[in-house]
Amino acid sequence: MPFQITVDCEVNGERIIRTLPATMLLSEFLRQELGLTGTKLGCNKGSCGACTVLLDGKPVNSCLIFMPQVHKHTVVTIEGLGKEGELTDLQKAFIEEGAVQCGFCTPGMVIVSEFLLRKNPCPTEEEIRDGIAGNLCRCTGYTKIIRAIQKAAKCRAEH
Amino acid sequence: MKELDIVGKSIDRPDARAKVSGRALYCDDLPSVSGLLYAGIIKSPVPAGRIKGIHIEDALSVDGVVDIVLAHHIPGKNLVPLIFDDWIVLADKEVRYAGEPIGVVVAEHPRALDIALNKVKVDIEPLPALLSPFDAMKPDARKINPRGNIFNHHKIRRGDVESGFAEADIVVEGEYQTGYQEHAYLEPLSLMAKPTPDQGMQVWGGMQCPFYVQSAVATVLGIALNKVEVIQTTTGGAFGGKEDVPSRFAGIVALAAWRSGRAVRLTFSREEDIVSTSKRHPSFSRYRIGARRDGRLVACTAEVIMDAGAYATLSPSVSWRATVHCCGPYRIPNVRVDVYAVATNKVPAGAFRGFGTPQVIFAMERVMDELANQLKMDPLELRRRNILRRGDTTVTGQRLPWSVGLGRTLQECAKKSNWKKRRKAAEQSTGTKKRGIGCATFLYGVGLGAAGRKIDRAEASVQVEGDGSVRFSVGTTEMGQGMESVLTQIVAEALGGISPGLVTMTEVSTSRVQDSGPTVASRATYMSGNALRIACSQILNRMRAVAGERLHIPASRVVVTGGRFKAGTEEIDFREIACECFERHVPLSARALYDSPPTSWDAETGQGKAYVVYSYATHIAEVEVDTETGIVSVLRFWAAHDVGKAVNPQLVEGQIEGGVVQGIGYALMESLLTANDGHILNPDFETYIIPTSKDIPEIYPIIVESPYPEGPFGAKGFGETPLMGCGAAIANAVSNAIGRPITRLPILPEDILALFKICSAPNR
Ligand code: FES
Ligand code: FES
Repeated sequence: MPFQITVDCEVNGERIIRTLPATMLLSEFLRQELGLTGTKLGCNKGSCGACTVLLDGKPVNSCLIFMPQVHKHTVVTIEGLGKEGELTDLQKAFIEEGAVQCGFCTPGMVIVSEFLLRKNPCPTEEEIRDGIAGNLCRCTGYTKIIRAIQKAAKCRAEH
Repeated sequence: MKELDIVGKSIDRPDARAKVSGRALYCDDLPSVSGLLYAGIIKSPVPAGRIKGIHIEDALSVDGVVDIVLAHHIPGKNLVPLIFDDWIVLADKEVRYAGEPIGVVVAEHPRALDIALNKVKVDIEPLPALLSPFDAMKPDARKINPRGNIFNHHKIRRGDVESGFAEADIVVEGEYQTGYQEHAYLEPLSLMAKPTPDQGMQVWGGMQCPFYVQSAVATVLGIALNKVEVIQTTTGGAFGGKEDVPSRFAGIVALAAWRSGRAVRLTFSREEDIVSTSKRHPSFSRYRIGARRDGRLVACTAEVIMDAGAYATLSPSVSWRATVHCCGPYRIPNVRVDVYAVATNKVPAGAFRGFGTPQVIFAMERVMDELANQLKMDPLELRRRNILRRGDTTVTGQRLPWSVGLGRTLQECAKKSNWKKRRKAAEQSTGTKKRGIGCATFLYGVGLGAAGRKIDRAEASVQVEGDGSVRFSVGTTEMGQGMESVLTQIVAEALGGISPGLVTMTEVSTSRVQDSGPTVASRATYMSGNALRIACSQILNRMRAVAGERLHIPASRVVVTGGRFKAGTEEIDFREIACECFERHVPLSARALYDSPPTSWDAETGQGKAYVVYSYATHIAEVEVDTETGIVSVLRFWAAHDVGKAVNPQLVEGQIEGGVVQGIGYALMESLLTANDGHILNPDFETYIIPTSKDIPEIYPIIVESPYPEGPFGAKGFGETPLMGCGAAIANAVSNAIGRPITRLPILPEDILALFKICSAPNR
């Protein structure tokens, strides 16, 4: 049996205490232990961004984070973004602008864009491109994703 | 034509909500069923060799390992049925490429897999690997595949090329090369199989072609088709990569499930996915074209060699499509084309968006630009003088009676891009950053065409519920392209313009409709769309009769629009009539099979009605080449596509933008390398580079609609075309920028530097 460790963390607003193998990755924990399969795995080595979640509000590749690193920290996944099944304005913008095709990159894209907009409420197109550069999308050609983020930014500015 | 209520509007995709909220279930997300086992593939370590023995004892003793399955355990046939039936499920006597599946380890938890796989000892006597199609084509070359090393030789013989060239004022020749392209769909291959209590098998997975998978699983297990149910899970991109490949691996997973009596799941890592699955065929072509001084083409010969890998799989079909598309969308009276698909000791190449056409479009469009240079003619003008128009005849002798929007795509693209001005500006660019602009015109045969005639049909079923909501089933699949939305809109329209919110598509399963063929060749909108239209009209007629009674007029005079049945000022809602039909036991469901119109092909002359209809496009790329670093940046890209009718314009734009970006990858960065020992050197996203948000230009999608009377509401398939011309247009733009001909894709910085003699030519 691999070395076990007890991790005390918060996921999508809920406190979770579990004893786990110390080598367990955050991505495995979310998908297998908690059944939060909205976090996707496209490469398992930090190069596609599909597994992006927020750790203490900052985007990380959950396939690169070991569970001991999550001890006493807060995680937000795609399932935890909207309130009670409501979509966020950003998620709505993704739908309306046609930024979703196969959808496999989408949770990671939405998470990283959410961070981008929190940090920089009115980003330029260049800043958006920089902000999502670590997230691969093979379907959309990125154009409509950029439009969706611009739309959400505008919508937030108006409210 | 009647005003359309729903078709032609950009409604939100019905599948988007689940995808943005993380609730869409891809195969690896399916909740763990009880007793689920995990599978890991035992792969050949060498590209060619004879299997002498497989030692599994040590691996079997690893904690958690339940079973190790080899070829001799297969109860049915060791075969994946496809075109030539030469593709096996597990290698038994011989391995033909590095990474070829030899067996499968089945374990209680994924951690055991790697440990056990490392303990399997495969004893192989290596054979000399043939990695180049030129070596494999030599008459005395060792036979890689029992069928011989030349899988196919497709031909076109039209007119008389000798006299054609004799008539020509100018003759231009060129040799061109293209490399592999990896699909790099973001969801790695994942499949799950579960035995049913009645000696059957259920299979789930991300895939394009559930009926292919069904037939593979039935063949491997030796059971009837009605004992196999294949259910497509949400599919994270495919692009051709999930056409035939899932069949082989579903066969393996089903075999493992069959033996253990438990559910088994296989999910590839990215590396495994890249080494184990198909890719775009590398190609080598030699072209020669002749024209009169006014630019009129009089003759063309082309010889193309496609590197097919160790099994024929889809290569007969890919190379046939390459043949039909070889000479571009032009009128040419004298043509000779020879296309070969050749075996090598590499992973089988297969389907990839464009299916053999981006390679030949690149070659043909490059040689056209060389011709324009020689003629001192604007390259777009050269094309304008030669392109197919309505009533013209293709190089395969097919007359085009309708829906030829090519001229309009060319015109619109030229206008929107300001072609002439930019071309002039490019010529005046000086210094080390050189501007260039280039174009490509091309066509795409929609559907399976004459080569796939046997399987070219699709069934659909539609059911209106008592509350007026509607569900429909088809046998073609959604893999990201937007089919679900398009078909939902077609159903809503065909039922009288009801709200698309009333309509849902069921999950795609082999149990819902009969074998509807594969979801490839841009055929889903057109084939399933037509089947749905027929089924809907049957239901609507019955509803119209009931509405007529209510409105006191003959059914034929009832107008149905906006989801309402109307007679003068009186109108009744669709839902109300549905409810009444339901209560009066009027049947509210219907099924229909759409059979593709006839096609024909003569294998000796390459003449015939190759496809039922064609989509057309013009691409224009503007680039900047840094001659000091060799880096090419695409600045702007115009893509005009004749789609017949855009059922959902936003989805059409999405297909164009996505396809163009994949095409930019193909043209400028995606380079998959095979080492001398037959292994793929760069099977990950750090070393196989695909475009990111930082690499994309301003893309201008231009939609042209030249309706296809046979298509649903005039639509014809087009999903593949946006990628197809990019390599050609970008190569022409780069050639224009640097004043030297580009002859190879991808165009990497080192290629540019080699052209300027800053470094030596890279060896690929
Ligand atoms: S799965 Fe984590 S970055 Fe790709
Ligand atoms: S939508 Fe398919 S990878 Fe982005």
